Amino acid sequence: MTRKQRRLNFVLLGMLALGAATALVLTAFNDSLVYFYSPSDLKERQIGPERRLRLGGLVEEGSVKRDGQTIRFVVTDTAATVAVVYNGQLPDLFREGQGVVAEGRLDNGVFQAAEVLAKHDENYMPKEVADALKKQGHWQEEKSAK
Amino acid sequence: MHRFANPARFLRAAQLVLPWSAGLTVALLAAGLYLGLLGSPADYQQGETVRIMYVHVPSAWMGLFVYSNMAIASAVALIWKHPLADVVAKASAPVGAGFTFVCLVTGALWGKPMWGTWWAWDARLTSMLILLFLYLGHMALVNAFDDPTRGAKAGAVLALAGFVNVPIIKYSVDWWNTLHQPASVTRVGMPAVDPAMLTPLLLMGLAFTTFFVTLLILRVRSELAAAKIRAIRMVQVHGG
Repeated sequence: MTRKQRRLNFVLLGMLALGAATALVLTAFNDSLVYFYSPSDLKERQIGPERRLRLGGLVEEGSVKRDGQTIRFVVTDTAATVAVVYNGQLPDLFREGQGVVAEGRLDNGVFQAAEVLAKHDENYMPKEVADALKKQGHWQEEKSAK
Repeated sequence: MHRFANPARFLRAAQLVLPWSAGLTVALLAAGLYLGLLGSPADYQQGETVRIMYVHVPSAWMGLFVYSNMAIASAVALIWKHPLADVVAKASAPVGAGFTFVCLVTGALWGKPMWGTWWAWDARLTSMLILLFLYLGHMALVNAFDDPTRGAKAGAVLALAGFVNVPIIKYSVDWWNTLHQPASVTRVGMPAVDPAMLTPLLLMGLAFTTFFVTLLILRVRSELAAAKIRAIRMVQVHGG
């Protein structure tokens, strides 16, 4: 084996070992690497009101109710839903059927949000195209709660 | 590959490429900016704000592309000891750091009006910030030694070790849920961007690439000139 070959093997082995170690660490920390929990995750986990957390999903169609400063809406991931109460400024992109991430506490099944962020999907198109797609019934419901 | 490891041959080739890459940068940037800022429609959800994409996304691509480039050059330098590979890695780092910085700043400017926040510690944003730190760390490490060859070697090891971050950035939006949306252009099936918006986006991506080639040639050339000056000084000191 020449020195070049030895160095090549050394670099390849090193990268492989580093990659494997990183993959193991990331898998182990998977739970703390997610930015938010989905409504299904919350149902599964039974988290008490003492822990501050983020809830993410889609704002359910027709669920937004404004009562003065207070806004109530329902976050869904199509499998489960969580009701949210929020008191404050909403981002421009907040609308029914769109993604949302709320930070706050889960109190008796109702999520008390301290902050609400909008999450948009990966689709970009002009308004005319979106309208035409909706009219033709080709609107793909691929918007996931991811 | 081996043929271009010779600095004199590289300089001759660079002399030929430079006017073309510089000219292409100007032409592509003009076309991309015109189409992006004026000649493309507003988004159905985000309105005019979507135009930040034409700078944000290409600079993110370049941040990853330049780092991959730097990691390959570092591997070549470590394994085959090509004198030019170290120079290419050293010359790439500040350019890549610039692209990554532009990506983070435009991302913050885009995030505030759309998401409602400048910054979020989600996997995509955090791993991109780590990329910026890797670039800055590389720049500091390469210049931290009196002997430039030792600095180059330490920098090459850092660049290779940091490469694990590149696939993490790319797939962070698929592996974990994030505030950042998933990939629009490089996804299975059709890109999720309308053709009228995809054209300026790809033009800007090409413009940024030729811009990088231009900067890389200029920086490698000045690095080689600096090395020559060092060599001449050494001869003078030892000869006098």
